[in-house]
This record gives sequence, structure tokens and C-alpha cells, in this order.
Amino acid sequence: MEVQKFSYDNRIVRDFTIASVVFAIVGMLVGIIVASQIFTPELNAGIQYITFGRIRPLHTNAVIFAFVGNAIFAGVYYSMQRVLKARMFSDLLSRIHFWGWQLIILSAAITLPLGITTSKEYAELEWPIDIAITLIWVVFAINMFGTIIKRREKHIYVAVWFYIATIVTVAMLHIVNSLELPVSFLKSYSLYAGVQDALVQWWYGHNAVAFFLTTPYLGLMYYFLPKAANRPVYSYRLSIVHFWALIFIYIWAGPHHLLYTALPDWAQSLGTVFSIMLIAPSWGGMINGLLTLRGAWDKVREDVVLKFMVVAVTAYGMATFEGPMLSLKNFNALMHYTDWIVSHVHVGALGWNGFLTFGMFYYLVPKLYRTELYSKKMANFHFWIGTLGIVFYVSSMYWAGLTQTLMWKQFTPMGTLQYPNFLETTLQIIPMHMIRAFGGLLYFTGVIVMAYNLVKTAKQGSFLANEETEAPALQKAELSSKETFHKMLEKRPIQFALLAFVAVAIGGMIELVPTFMIKSNIPTIASVRPYTPLELQGRDIYIREGCNNCHSQMVRPFRSETERFGEYSKAGEYVYDHPFLWGSRRTGPDLHRVGGKYPNLWHYFHMENPRSMSPGSIMPPYPWLLTQDIDTASTAAKIRTMQALGVPYPKGFDVTANEILQVQADSIAADLQRNKVPAESNKEIIALIGYLQRLGTDIKVKQ
Amino acid sequence: MLSQYLSSIDGVAAYPIFSLLIFVPFFIAVTIWIFKLDKKYLNHMSELPLHDSPEQSELRN
Repeated sequence: MEVQKFSYDNRIVRDFTIASVVFAIVGMLVGIIVASQIFTPELNAGIQYITFGRIRPLHTNAVIFAFVGNAIFAGVYYSMQRVLKARMFSDLLSRIHFWGWQLIILSAAITLPLGITTSKEYAELEWPIDIAITLIWVVFAINMFGTIIKRREKHIYVAVWFYIATIVTVAMLHIVNSLELPVSFLKSYSLYAGVQDALVQWWYGHNAVAFFLTTPYLGLMYYFLPKAANRPVYSYRLSIVHFWALIFIYIWAGPHHLLYTALPDWAQSLGTVFSIMLIAPSWGGMINGLLTLRGAWDKVREDVVLKFMVVAVTAYGMATFEGPMLSLKNFNALMHYTDWIVSHVHVGALGWNGFLTFGMFYYLVPKLYRTELYSKKMANFHFWIGTLGIVFYVSSMYWAGLTQTLMWKQFTPMGTLQYPNFLETTLQIIPMHMIRAFGGLLYFTGVIVMAYNLVKTAKQGSFLANEETEAPALQKAELSSKETFHKMLEKRPIQFALLAFVAVAIGGMIELVPTFMIKSNIPTIASVRPYTPLELQGRDIYIREGCNNCHSQMVRPFRSETERFGEYSKAGEYVYDHPFLWGSRRTGPDLHRVGGKYPNLWHYFHMENPRSMSPGSIMPPYPWLLTQDIDTASTAAKIRTMQALGVPYPKGFDVTANEILQVQADSIAADLQRNKVPAESNKEIIALIGYLQRLGTDIKVKQ
Repeated sequence: MLSQYLSSIDGVAAYPIFSLLIFVPFFIAVTIWIFKLDKKYLNHMSELPLHDSPEQSELRN
């Protein structure tokens, strides 16, 4: 057998590692800032670009796509070359992938603070960036499948299966969820409206967690954990079941983000059932990871890499147990919209993704630089302060979530709400938010120490850009008829990818197709009209400022919510909402029935300085809305786009839209002027008031 | 009210049956696969990450 000499590309691994560490620092720093803004709104220094609603998406995007994304690529490029015994297919594609991804991150860092956003969580980036992501993802895919095809190892290791599933599914999710119609270069409206948009978004949102934050990390776990422990995975059989069951079931669970909303009941139940089923493969994977260390637990005491990985896998187990529990309708009824969810995602983000990444880096960097880790002591310090940070973060947010939901739902013996003022329930948990920020600070300190440690490690070693190695060439297909179907399959990467795609597409289709059929079946509410041009402009200001990061627009059918906010929300009310704005966390009260609740004057002063109307409010002031002009130049294009999406504006409405806008704006301004406020009708505040006063009024029967 | 959606979709009863029909054979097939896999193959696969560089043994303390 011919033995071929070749080399592994370590440079690309190093580059992604550096990028990941840099963005870990940036993303988590922004995280601490947004966490602190919750109890100190003044921290935005009156600057609109760094106000909570705009930089909270910056934090989530930076951590998910910049820190975790780059870490995935570092780990994938390192492990894939080695288990396939081949250099990456093309060094050029690797470079394009690396720089393309960093440019996407850069464009996100610029556009999000500018308020250029689609408002869909974890998919906030506007359409040109969406296209760039798609292109770079294709580059990654070509590079990966190219490597698989030119491999020297006959069989494809399970880690690579997880990478394949990631590539295929993320592509599908990203494209389906990002379908939008451009209004202008940096503005678009979602192709879907209301309930459909919500379902597509959370099908995406949930599976982004599954196929961006979970499957690639499971692949990394299946490579780096055996590597660090220097022993094979506990059960390879289990890993096969783990893989197929996970990718098959995960995709169905998305609707559990929408329990008790206006989403059809059958879809909600589907989400619940599959979420419960998901415990099996998730825990199978966790057990497989932990049992890999059987008989080697003594190593965990000394080896910091293993310490990080053990906590990571344990956190994965916790998060994947909690997820299904949160999908039970009774528990979800309590915890949805509260800080419990924030806690849940951070068990995953800080524990699973963060700690597995740190473990991986402590393993990788000394390898890449042919040396030992600079300081084991510092790494141990990082481990303990990081763990402590997670404990502070998670426990404070659990407590906050529990406290707030119980206050929301508390009635007096007389049958009225015990805490009718929403603000009271928010202020009650402020100390918990301070502890949360402190926990984040501890975790962040650990990351800084790691960065220093890794830089020092790199300095004392010498980087090996091309690691020489050798392996026998792959003999062309000596297929015997005795081979099982699966063994044959995993030797054929393309067919394998197709089957994986089928597995994930079935769930997606069964979930989404009927919901698109609703369009014709939905009980239309005759009184629901499209937004007026002014309201549409106001809605876009609402989106720009990221109001949906703190305010939901979905009153659930509970007495505690209908008493507090008004009539529960109906699916038919959202048919013109491109995109939907249901929100996912109530830092402030629900706004779906806010229309007509307060006079225009109240909104004016409240936006200028929330504390003047609600003493103690933690909402940041929005004084710039009082001085910035409404962008009337965009009205016609927006109306035309909405018409193209099926919103029934009369023909030629785009031409007259601005006149209609002016009439409505003048009437709001006149009302304000009557109350001695020198408001001008061309300011953004007028449009926003127009939108807020419209919200939920379509079906209002009683005042 | 929500059940209206359910009943208003044509042939909605097919969905749970369809799901069941996909699931049961799929998981039976996977189970059969993994028990039919031979030991040599499984050992080879699980040892794969451990033997991916020639100087493997000297690197790990």
C-alpha cells in the first residue's frame, strides 16, 4: 500500500482560534454592558447606538456567531483533517471562509447599533448580509465535502457526521427563515406574516440552537474528549443512535417557543411531544461523553482540559433536561417571558458552548505551538472563576424568573391583581439582575485570564503552520456484499448528506406546510385593517429601536394576562405583521393592547423620559425620537413592498401614502399642541405614537 | 377556537399517522443497524481520533 506524505493546515485553525478568543472578549463585554443597562439605563450615555434594544442583539450575535462560530470552525478544521487523514480541500477556500466570516461579523457590528435589523431573534442581520452568510456557508461546504472526498480514511468518523448535519441544516434554516423582500439596500420585510412568521422564526431559532450550538459541538465533543482523555469514546454504537435520533427529532421541537400563543394548537402539541422525546438522544450523548472517562476520573482532577469538558457535558445534560421541561405547557405557562429562559440559555451558552470551547483551546493552542500550556495555575483559576460565574448567573436568573412570574400571577382574595403595576414586578428583581451582571463579570475575568495564558503559551512555543504527516492512500472501493447499509452509506458522503437532509426536512415540512395552508383557512377578522402609512413608519421605528427585545406583543389566554393587558391575542390580528413582533421576554409589559390605553401626551413624555411617567422605570429614554424626522422618502417603497407581499392596500396607494401620513401626523401633533407640547408633525415620535395607539385596537370592543 | 384550525386543514388526520409511519420504521432500522455492526469496525471507528498523527503518543503528557 502506498504511503502518502502530506501536511495538515494548522494556520487556519490558529486564525479561527484567535478570532474566537477576540470575539469572546468583545461579545461578553457587550453582554456585561447590556446586563448592567437593565439596572442602570443611564449607561447608554444618551447615545441611541448603544441603547439596550440595539446592542442586546449585538451581544447575542457576537457570542453565537462570532465567538462560538469561530470556535466551531477552528475545531472542525483541526479535527476533520485528522480523522479524514487529509489536508483541507483548498487553502484558498479556507482563507475565503475565514475572512468572509470576519467581514460578516464586522458588518453585523456596524449595522446592529445603527438599528438596521429584521427584528427576528438571532437572524437580525439584513438581507445583503444574509446573502453574504449564504455564500460563505457554501464556501465552507465545498471545502468540507472536498476534504471528505479526498480523504485517506475509508470510514467517516461520527464527529464528521455531526459536521455534515450542521452544514446541511444550517443552510436550510438560514435560507427559509431569511426569505424577505427588500425595500431598499438595508431594509426588508419578511416574506411571512404574523403566525406564520412566528412559526418559521422559532423553527429557525430553536434549530439554530440545535444545529449551530449543539451538533457541531457534539462533533467536537466526540473528537476532543476522547483525545484529551486519550481513550476511545464509551460506545460507538450509542454515538450512531445519538446522531440519527438527534437530527431526526430536534427539528420538530421548534413550536415549543410559542406555547399558549395564537399558534394553532396541533403545532404546539407537536412541539411539546418532540421536545420530550428529545431528552433521550440528548442524554444518550451526554452519557456517552461522560462514560468515555470511565476508569479515568482521576485524570479529571489534574487535567484542566478534562475539567472544562466534564462541566460542559454536564451543562449540556442540564440544559437538555430543562428544555423539555420548559416545553410542558404548565411549566411554560409560568416561565415563558421571564428570566428563567435567560438562565436556561446561559446554562447552554456559558456551560456547554463556553466551557467546551475553553477546554478545546487549552488543548489546541499548546499543540499548535509545540509547547506546554504556559500556566496550569491560571487555567485552573479560569475554571473555578468561570464555574462560579455560571453559578451566580444562573441561580440569580432562576430566582428572578420565579419571583416575577409569581408576582404576575398573584391575585388578591378580592379577585384583583395583587401587583397591578407591571413595573413593581420588574423592580423587585433588580438585585437579581445585579448579581447576574456580577456573575457575568466573573466569567469574563476568566476569559481574560485565558486569553493572557494562551498568548503567553503561543509566545513561548513555535507555531507549526504545516504539520507533516503520512497515511496510506485510500484504496478504491473494495466493497463487499457483506457490508451493512450504514457502513456503505457513511463511505458515501454525498448520499449521507442527502439522507441527513431528508431527516431534517421531514420534520420541518410537516411543521411548516400546514401553517402555510392556514393562510386560506385562518378565520379572517373583518375589522383587522392594514397599517396606515404613519403606523407603518412607526412600526419600523419600533423595530429599529429593538423594542421587541423587552416588550412582547402577545397576550396569552390566562386570567392573569387578560386582567393585566386586555383581551388575549388572536391569530387573525397579525395577518399584516411583516415581520411578527411577538417578542420573547417581558422586561417591560406586553404592548399588544396598549393602543388607546394612554393619551398621546403620555407616550410623548414617556418616550422622552420614561421616569417622568413611571417613576423608577428602567426603560431608557428615547429623546432622539423627538428631534429626528420621519423618513417619508421611504414610504412609497415600503407600501409597494407590502403590496407585493399581499397586504391589500388599494392600487396607487404608494403615491398618495405620504399625504395620508401627513394628515394622521398632523392630527396627533395637533392633539399634543392642544396640551401645550410644541410637537412637530414630521418627527419620529409622532409615527411611533401613531403605531402604539393602533396596537391591538382592531378588535377592541370595550374601552 | 384553536381546534378550528386543526379541523379546517384538509386531511389533518394523516399527519400523526404519517409521523408514526416515518418514525417507527426509522428507529427500528437504526436499531437493527447498530446491532449488526461488527466489533472490528466499531473498534476501528472509536480508535480513529486517537491515531490521527504519527507522533501522537509523545504529545499527551
